[in-house]
Amino acid sequence: MSFPWAKHYEPKQPLMRWLDEKLPLPRLVYNAVGAGYPVPRNLNYFWNFGVLAGAALAIQIITGVVLAMHYAANAGVAFGSVESIMRDVNAGWFLRYAHANGASMFLLVVYIHIGRGLYYGSYKAPREMVWLLGVVIFLLMMATAFMGYVLPWGQMSFWGAQVITGFFSAIPLVGDTIRIWLLGGFAPDNAALNRFFSLHYLLPFVTAGVIILHIWALHIPGSNNPTGVEVKGEQDTVPFHPYYTAKDAVGLGVFLLVFAALIFFSPNLLGHPDNYIEANPLSTPAHIVPEWYFLPFYAILKSFTADFILPAKLWGVLAMFGSILLLFFLPWLDSSPVRSANFRPKYRMFLGILLFDVLVLGYVGGAEANARNVILGQLASAYYFAHFLIILPWVARSERPRPLPNSITEAVLAKHGGTSPAKSAVATAAHA
Amino acid sequence: MATDSMVPPGESPEPFHEEVHDPRRRDFINIAAVSFAGVGALAIVLPLINQMNPSADVLAQSTTEVDLSKIAPGQAIKSQFRKQPLFVRNLTPAEIAEANKVDVASLRDPQTLAERTKPGKENWLITLGVCTHLGCVPLGAGEGENKGPFGGYFCPCHGSAYDTAARIRQGPAPKNLFVPDYTFNSDTAVTVG
Repeated sequence: MSFPWAKHYEPKQPLMRWLDEKLPLPRLVYNAVGAGYPVPRNLNYFWNFGVLAGAALAIQIITGVVLAMHYAANAGVAFGSVESIMRDVNAGWFLRYAHANGASMFLLVVYIHIGRGLYYGSYKAPREMVWLLGVVIFLLMMATAFMGYVLPWGQMSFWGAQVITGFFSAIPLVGDTIRIWLLGGFAPDNAALNRFFSLHYLLPFVTAGVIILHIWALHIPGSNNPTGVEVKGEQDTVPFHPYYTAKDAVGLGVFLLVFAALIFFSPNLLGHPDNYIEANPLSTPAHIVPEWYFLPFYAILKSFTADFILPAKLWGVLAMFGSILLLFFLPWLDSSPVRSANFRPKYRMFLGILLFDVLVLGYVGGAEANARNVILGQLASAYYFAHFLIILPWVARSERPRPLPNSITEAVLAKHGGTSPAKSAVATAAHA
Repeated sequence: MATDSMVPPGESPEPFHEEVHDPRRRDFINIAAVSFAGVGALAIVLPLINQMNPSADVLAQSTTEVDLSKIAPGQAIKSQFRKQPLFVRNLTPAEIAEANKVDVASLRDPQTLAERTKPGKENWLITLGVCTHLGCVPLGAGEGENKGPFGGYFCPCHGSAYDTAARIRQGPAPKNLFVPDYTFNSDTAVTVG
């Protein structure tokens, strides 16, 4: 579905007309990311991050498929094969650094993409399904990133696998059985490494499939925009191509600059030196930490230190998974009909606090577990849950939103000096 | 059922009278076919799930022999059992006394030292070196490692502290270090598993 004024695909070349009759693939592309998709005219640079996430996934799949040509998923030789990629394979160092830092870039742009959705209320009706599919993509990404980190079979790989599969042993009664089933042994070893490799190769393609559903679901109501006001007519939109293909290309250029800076100037900035030591099941590194993108969740896991009805370990695991599963309920926890935080002063303030809170959790996740950090982590974890379960429903009910613009066009013209509806009508007529 | 076939076509006084039979013959065939296919699908899924369980060669590593003759009182060694670290510790009389002094009822996972060792061999504490929190290897078995506030083992990952009977005393771990099945072959040799 699209707006009635969407441009129609009309191939002029005989070959393209022939193809359109047999397999209308160019038509699909034209209507999805071409001139046939009308998009609000006022999108800002935060709307780049969906495309950037797609680009990051493409980079990960290409570098990953190539790396798999040189990597050996066997506990005896995996570490050595990664070292040989770094030293012997032509441009192997580049491919591996691109893949390792590409994961960080992927998670980074996805976090900004999620933040954009939170700030501009993109999760609200009629886009709930877009949001739900997004959370599924996020879960798939986390699983893929974790399993990919195990593959080099360094110390952090091994102990990360030990700790994360240990979550499952917290399940009462059947936990240990499940953990042994997942690992195919009593500790991470060859069986676990092989199945992680298999799934690490598979899941990105599953993710790509869910991304197609995510975009499909998005294109039914069309994109949200910084005012959160729905599109009212043709004057509110511009065709995706060339307007946003061009704008996204600018963002992609900046993305690639940052990415290149990481790869070429500090490729190990986000990694851990311990992972250049081969896995040793008899010696735990002094300080096990996950990759930066998991630190806030790791902090929530660590925050449960006392038994309360259930064992502390089970609480930690439940809270950590709960912190993500909570996002599935977000469209119904926030009942405010106003989408954009620009018109919701209270919500905007609490969202700012939440961002700070998540950064604190990230710090605690990576820091040593001393008394001060444990209490800090507990407070920050409590606030995280309070934001979604208490503050958000309360704000939605008690807040008095600022007046919304009548239309996207009115908001755009007000920004550029023209405010009167008459003036915007003239402007529209001029455009048409 | 039989009446259906006995009424010649077009002569039935009630054209829809077959609704009386519930389930109809066709429904029965449908249910039977789908059930049969379901059982078949289940039969395929079971091996697909079971292939993830430990394979025969992994299970075959399930016994380990340990030579105790070289472990002096107060010393401990790290061995391996099922690819997991195994701590074998020769407790000193002072450590045994300290373990027995504790009020068992006050423990998170109440067990006496006697329950965690073999009769007459209370100085030999044999446990897995796997923290029951999230599976790190606790410190304290190696020479000069931090034994934690209770003189047993200390897990560096999340700060769980175990006492001289390897019982959990402080930190997030829910259980004592696991004592595997083992038997003494002689005074200086045990078979674990």
